[in-house]
Amino acid sequence: MAPVLEVSGLSTVFHTRTGTVRAVQDVSFSVEPGETMAVVGESGCGKTMMALSLMRLIPSPPGEITAGSVRVAGTDLLKLDEPTMRDMRGSQIAMIFQEPMTALNPLLTVGKQIAEMVTLHEKVSGRAAKERAVEMLHHVKIPEPRRRAGEYPHQMSGGMRQRAMIAMALACKPKVLIADEPTTALDVTIQAQVLDLIDDLRQELGTAVVLITHDLGVVAEVADRMIVMYAGRKVEEGTVAELFAHPRHPYLQGLLNSVPRVGQPKRLQEIAGTVPPLSNLPPGCAFAPRCPSAVAQCRDAIPPLDEKRPGHRAACWVT
Amino acid sequence: MSEFIYLARRYPLGLAGGVILLLFVLMAIFANIIAPLDPLTTNPRASLAAPGTTYMLGADMMGRDVLSRLIHGARISLAVALGATFIGSGLGMLLGLISGYVGGWFDLIVQRVAEIMQSLPLLVMALVITASLGPSLVNTIIAIAIPLIPNVARVIRANVLSLRELNYVEAAHAIGMSNTRIAALHVLPNTLAPLIVLATAQLGSTILTEASLSFLGLGVPEPYPSWGRMLSESAAEYMRTAPWLVIFPGVAISAVVFGANLFGDALRDYLDPRMGD
Repeated sequence: MAPVLEVSGLSTVFHTRTGTVRAVQDVSFSVEPGETMAVVGESGCGKTMMALSLMRLIPSPPGEITAGSVRVAGTDLLKLDEPTMRDMRGSQIAMIFQEPMTALNPLLTVGKQIAEMVTLHEKVSGRAAKERAVEMLHHVKIPEPRRRAGEYPHQMSGGMRQRAMIAMALACKPKVLIADEPTTALDVTIQAQVLDLIDDLRQELGTAVVLITHDLGVVAEVADRMIVMYAGRKVEEGTVAELFAHPRHPYLQGLLNSVPRVGQPKRLQEIAGTVPPLSNLPPGCAFAPRCPSAVAQCRDAIPPLDEKRPGHRAACWVT
Repeated sequence: MSEFIYLARRYPLGLAGGVILLLFVLMAIFANIIAPLDPLTTNPRASLAAPGTTYMLGADMMGRDVLSRLIHGARISLAVALGATFIGSGLGMLLGLISGYVGGWFDLIVQRVAEIMQSLPLLVMALVITASLGPSLVNTIIAIAIPLIPNVARVIRANVLSLRELNYVEAAHAIGMSNTRIAALHVLPNTLAPLIVLATAQLGSTILTEASLSFLGLGVPEPYPSWGRMLSESAAEYMRTAPWLVIFPGVAISAVVFGANLFGDALRDYLDPRMGD
């Protein structure tokens, strides 16, 4: 199947007083319809900036997308003018955010906000938009959708607001849904429900999902393929099963070692140190200073992304 | 009707404020019917008469009935207070919204001009404006409204600056909403709460500014009565000999300001859906 989202060579920088911050560097990947692609990495590795770059929501200035292309169903979003891009947001590519508690306007009812989204992209009457809102709330398994549509965000729990956000994001059936840590702010049972919901809707609507997370448990549960980001670069890519079974980059190995496992009572290993500041990256592999198996070459040159096993690519000189 | 009773129970103070305002508005509208005497007719023999049967709230130096002048004065005082507050707040809100949301050079210019205007006292500004426009009711309203603009604009701008960083504004961008629409739908309604508080607080000072302007001969021209002028004319001279000339206009002004504040507070709570359940 042809990929619905094709990102190639995407680079985003921020021009700040202390220098140019390379938030995203030369990131490429593609997602097929109905596929879930996870983007993992620790805080500050550029995941969210990558997501905002896909939506062209980078605050500019100081942000700037310097290179690459983002193709949704063949259209390069980076070449569109702003009004056309606005039409694409929501109808072709939509995004849900980390904080469901503040992502809805407290002064408007939830139904009104979803209906607003519908009227923005489709020529429908106000009544039809309202109906669609109720239908979408039903779709995301909110009980009594008709009553809930007339409620304000503060009358809903966090999990329910995140469902409402998902309902809004999917109301116009976008081809691509970017979920930026959609479950981080929720408690564990609600997390599972929201993830199941995203998964169900993906199957039902054939939406391609880009799931941004730092929770490897979430990745294992719902994603088909994953990319690992470190300091703004893609360092490893492959199917989830392959990467979990045979992690090649020491960074992913470290991440996996730091996850507790049932039945394996051993000490968790941490990755020493922190992500280097993106404005001041070392010349070689950005992970070298923290890497247990780094050699001299790692500090001098950036390793290329090589195919280490079939369908499994990693950027590392050593492994 | 049951909705009204519910609201009245929930906001008793707001109801009281609303009733006070309504009474004054009715008084202004039906001044010709309510006023016992003509507000402009002078009577030398009744000069400075104490409150009694004929002159219920006393008479001023020229023997004009204070009660009738208060009732007729409600027209001018309310017109000035509501008109100036409405115009000033409306323009201030618009400027503040654009200034905060658009930013850039527009923001820079608006804020510097606002600072210049704020460094001048309200009265001096109003004085200069009426002096150039000439005394009349409309000019008085304009003169008082203009100095209000920067205060409102700054408060709204500060509010907008924090609002536009909120997640739901970002989320609105992410679903493809245009800036104008985000400003009108998501930002503007959220600035109403501070605006209502600010506007009701300004009401009182507009009445007093009108008083000062009229006292200096630049407000609404004599002999038409306004509360502010009734108060300011007599405050210096007759405070000891005829205190009713000072007390009653003062009470009228305080009552309107008080009523407006109570009503504004309740209105702000009522408009906030979070207070609704």
